[in-house]
Amino acid sequence: MSAMQTGYNFGYLDEHTKRMIRRALLKAVAIPGYQVPFGGREMPLPYGWGTGGIQVTASVIGPDDVLKVIDQGADDTTNAVNIRSFFRKVTGVATTEKTTAATIIQSRHRVPETPLREGQIMVFQVPIPEPLRWLEPRETETRTMHALSEYGVMHVKLYEDIVRHGRIATTYDYPVVVNEHYLMRPSPIPKFDNPKLHRNPALMLYGAGREKRVYAVPPYTDVRSLDFDDHPFSIERWEQPCALCAATDAYLDEIILDDAGRRMFVCSDTEYCAGRQAAGHKGEQAA
Amino acid sequence: MKPLQPLLQVRKLAKYYGRRVGCEQVSFDLYPGEVICVAGESGSGKSTLLNTLAFQLQLDGGSVSYRLRDRGLTDLATLPDATLRELWRTDWGFVRQNPRDGLRMRVSAGANIGERLMAIGERHYGAIRSTALGWLARVEIDAERLDDPPTSFSGGMQQRLQIARNLVTEPRLVFMDEPTAGLDVSVQARFLDLLRKLVAELQIAVILVTHDLAVARLLAHRLIVMKNGRIVESGLTDQLLDDPQHPYTQLLVSSVLAT
Repeated sequence: MSAMQTGYNFGYLDEHTKRMIRRALLKAVAIPGYQVPFGGREMPLPYGWGTGGIQVTASVIGPDDVLKVIDQGADDTTNAVNIRSFFRKVTGVATTEKTTAATIIQSRHRVPETPLREGQIMVFQVPIPEPLRWLEPRETETRTMHALSEYGVMHVKLYEDIVRHGRIATTYDYPVVVNEHYLMRPSPIPKFDNPKLHRNPALMLYGAGREKRVYAVPPYTDVRSLDFDDHPFSIERWEQPCALCAATDAYLDEIILDDAGRRMFVCSDTEYCAGRQAAGHKGEQAA
Repeated sequence: MKPLQPLLQVRKLAKYYGRRVGCEQVSFDLYPGEVICVAGESGSGKSTLLNTLAFQLQLDGGSVSYRLRDRGLTDLATLPDATLRELWRTDWGFVRQNPRDGLRMRVSAGANIGERLMAIGERHYGAIRSTALGWLARVEIDAERLDDPPTSFSGGMQQRLQIARNLVTEPRLVFMDEPTAGLDVSVQARFLDLLRKLVAELQIAVILVTHDLAVARLLAHRLIVMKNGRIVESGLTDQLLDDPQHPYTQLLVSSVLAT
């Protein structure tokens, strides 16, 4: 483990900035699903790589926290490894890959398969916070629509999905209504993860660095995915279990093995998969 | 017979663009099921009047009152935005001159018709579709076009689709801004026929802006003639067209008949 870097404030951001972001987060928690503007800082990585999530994590992290970072479910991909080592350098906090051991989990596009518990904080990296953006380009108008809960146009999009594809074809960043009021983008998590947001005991924080917005789903808040009565919301299903750990309840990634079209399906949550394998579960292609 | 209460009451309405007059001193009553045409040349303030009436533009003077379903005649300026926007979605319709302003061009005809239904809480895909189908039939568009986007429609069909999209919530008042301006004569005639039928069937009150007096004669019960932002003459359509009093109306009527 690399040593803590000197010359930086704890958590990279200065205390005033952290306080400003925490204030925005408090407001976000008080109004579930509402997008709160904050004064986004330049971070030492490009927009789109998690600048929003990092600022949120930096402002809520303390010396006793244990941090886990995942990227598309994996703990060992570039984004996850780098953000983890960044926080080790600027805070000196312990990091982990274990969902159960973490107090803060920063995530790019997944909710871990292992159920979260009270006291844990999920931090999501958000590319575009506004769910109505592609339907209504004017920010003034979308704000009014949020204020008045005018969300009929979102259903127009889902209706159009069914017309063209026979079903609601949105599979990630699937729009949800939080606490029966605000329409929210859950960030590009697969819709498979949407039900996990509903009444989750952990605190969910969302940070959008480029757009400089934070929003939140407090613990035990209703989160409902939009749908039609006769086309109810449903999550992805796979015909086979995970090829490594035989899990049937996890989100699976398809991995192409060769040019002949052989493929395997494995858990996207690497920590969950490894844990199951260590516990003796064996899939068809386990080594 | 009980005296009828107006649906819309306009008093001394004014709208200015800086020091220029959009319209001023406009007063009239509109009764349920009545069709009023606002006629006048380009720049006479017709469209300004229409947009101000519908509260799409901020008015600078006077008042517009509307008979709400639950509250009776109410000054629209006293209503919160939420109620006004609800009116726009349910009890009012707005048919634009250019269908591009009134339709969602990239989504199917069915979604266009269904949008208002979904906005007021309809969440049954099948029900929305069958309602949309019913409306396509009523505006004489082939049921097969239900899933086609308006971009693939002819001008006349686009205007008829706009009508369906607006009437699906059975509004009591529809604003129309030159709905026939972009259509050729035969298509126009068919469109007006349809419009007349629907308006009579559903007892919708209409305020229709047009520069075409032939349209006014065909559709309107009453006619308002505007010039330079003011009403110069108003009255029953036939009476006004057959016996215009104001010199400007006389000019307008004679110029139509001359062609």
